[in-house]
Amino acid sequence: MVFGRSERAKQPAAEPVTLKVLVAGGFGVGKTTLVGAVSEIRPLRTEEALTEAGGAVDDTAGVEAKSTTTVAMDFGRITIHDELVLYLFGTPGQDRFWFLWDELAQGALGAVVLADTRRLRDSFAAIDYFERRRIPFTVAVNCFDGAERYAVGTVREALDLDGEVPVLLCDARVRESVRDVLISVVEHAMHASAQAAAEAPDREAAANS
Amino acid sequence: MTTDRWFDDAAGPVVRPYAMTRGRTRSGAQDARLDLIAVVTPLVARETADGAADGTGGAGVEELITAAEGGRFADGSLAPEHVEIVARSRRAPLTVAEFAAELDLPVGVVRVLIGDLVEAGLVRVSRPVPPAELPDERILREVINGLRAL
Repeated sequence: MVFGRSERAKQPAAEPVTLKVLVAGGFGVGKTTLVGAVSEIRPLRTEEALTEAGGAVDDTAGVEAKSTTTVAMDFGRITIHDELVLYLFGTPGQDRFWFLWDELAQGALGAVVLADTRRLRDSFAAIDYFERRRIPFTVAVNCFDGAERYAVGTVREALDLDGEVPVLLCDARVRESVRDVLISVVEHAMHASAQAAAEAPDREAAANS
Repeated sequence: MTTDRWFDDAAGPVVRPYAMTRGRTRSGAQDARLDLIAVVTPLVARETADGAADGTGGAGVEELITAAEGGRFADGSLAPEHVEIVARSRRAPLTVAEFAAELDLPVGVVRVLIGDLVEAGLVRVSRPVPPAELPDERILREVINGLRAL
């Protein structure tokens, strides 16, 4: 019967669950390269106009707020299956675009902080940001040709990271390497989520008493 | 200076894309900003597919425009970009970020256009993940397994 068929056709097509992972790090550390290494599409670029930022920019007052620079975000996609799609967003590298992060970070599964041992300082800001917002992250040290290799422990110490934050050496150009970094992020997120769930009943009990 | 009363020189390139939204930076339909990974799915195809056998064909873009012009938009106007968004969403569900990239428009503009379409009942947008809420463990395991298979 036509009615029956069209009823079924009217069922909303299952739209995919979409998840996002952020890729942060200093300017020129290889964020777009990393996204491109695993993305099934060439990294896409989208632009956000600065003047949209509202409060955050108005606060700086004066001439700067009138800037109409647009800031580009590169992103890639990994389709796990029809109903599950992972998006990678490279965060804008310059500090002055950080107000954009809050929106990007909202609902993010986790993050990669890509670091260059020659400029470790550049990753401090990103680490600090994710720590404060309790967004699980993995530090991936991009092993640039010619850069001195450091032991993971040395990097961990230099960045003053908590013990549970994974630190990996990687090559942002190599798919398998980036894949391992992403797996580490999701595993870390899963662990953090389990921990939060375990703590939640305690908090509730405390609130009710 | 006698000409432009609305924008000074510094407004520069922002003016042109926002002309598409008639100067609006937000859409009436949206309380919260649409998330970059919110998925846009079409509603029109299903509504007008009542008579169609399988619902996959649905209305053509022309019918869509007619539907939209049937008073669904406050001022009856539908930009080509609106039509483009609906047409693309019917090929495959896409996210807000993907529309921005594919249409080569700032995210802010695309948000307004999609908001218009939601208001007009032409598309539906998935709810963004609430902040600080992680998907359940089963989904995370699926992601890990999927990544391992890359």
